[in-house]
Amino acid sequence: MGRTTSDALYLVTIVTFILALRFLSSPKHARKGNWIGAAGMTLAIVVTLAHRGLGNYLLIGIAMAIGAAVGAVGARTVKMTAMPQMVALFNGVGGGAAALIALVEFHDFAGGLSTVIATSTVLSALIGSVSFSGSLVAFAKLQELVSGRPIVFRGQQVVNGLIILAAVVLGITIAAGGAEQWMIYGLVAAAFVFGIMFVLPIGGADMPVVISLLNAFTGLAASATGFVLHNNVLIVSGALVGASGTLLTLLMGKAMNRSVTNVLFGAFGQVQAGAA
Amino acid sequence: MLAIFLGIEVISKVPTMLHTPLMSGTNAIHGIVIVGAILVAGTADDGFTKIVGFVAVVLAAANVVGGFVVTDRMLQMFRRREPRRGPHDE
Repeated sequence: MGRTTSDALYLVTIVTFILALRFLSSPKHARKGNWIGAAGMTLAIVVTLAHRGLGNYLLIGIAMAIGAAVGAVGARTVKMTAMPQMVALFNGVGGGAAALIALVEFHDFAGGLSTVIATSTVLSALIGSVSFSGSLVAFAKLQELVSGRPIVFRGQQVVNGLIILAAVVLGITIAAGGAEQWMIYGLVAAAFVFGIMFVLPIGGADMPVVISLLNAFTGLAASATGFVLHNNVLIVSGALVGASGTLLTLLMGKAMNRSVTNVLFGAFGQVQAGAA
Repeated sequence: MLAIFLGIEVISKVPTMLHTPLMSGTNAIHGIVIVGAILVAGTADDGFTKIVGFVAVVLAAANVVGGFVVTDRMLQMFRRREPRRGPHDE
């Protein structure tokens, strides 16, 4: 399929996503909206599969079958009360996928990347990993695999600071043209640990807000992978989710009478250690 | 930029009861990373990229299918409750 055709069809997908969000905002049409989005997604997948110069179809087919089966079975069998953690889990795997795409691109083109692409790769790896591990912790907390209470320990800020510092230094080095493979692994590892540290101190009751925030993160990670792969549908849909997700996070915080800063940093300084 | 504006514009007036399904819906939409995953897996030519690309497609496909199905189940629950208007409804 030619570039113009696929771009035009991708545009249709983007329109369906916008309509999906629009419909999902009104109780009457919400369900229809969801299926419009699904149809748009199907179209995007078909268009992508028809790209010129693509191979490994058996590999892709098997992977899609496994992923779809796991997703469908998981989503159908989960109890209604366990829905939020299921959303967290699906969000996390999306972030993980974004991080893996960044890994592959860096593996293939390290050193030969322009600053913009290298920066996008860093962002995709960084945000994707944070979203992945953060969502897993959110899942574990809601599933009560880990205590839902805020988990805090002495020196937490120092540890977090060091992790962030490591990630930022590695990120800047890569963006500036650093091409060693260990750099991107280090970056992913630091971001992974940070995702865990970021969600651990947050209480179970605040989890929906956190999941919504991580959801917005994954959107941004998807957008960044779009820049890496020169793919418009990724850039636009990712940005769409990033923006609507951020706003939704703020709205949810407001509806729960909690400011988002309070949710995120409340437990950091042990301000309200006994409150939960 | 336009996408960001649209995202904000579309979401700004949402009833509270739709927050969770909407979150779930946007969650399904960022499953669009599957496009990236397919592109990466489809152009993979060595063992490492094939394996990582494969895993990326699996994860993204789970995100897409799971995301849409979970959202649908949430909304289905709404619809059944709507006509009754019991005391538990918000």
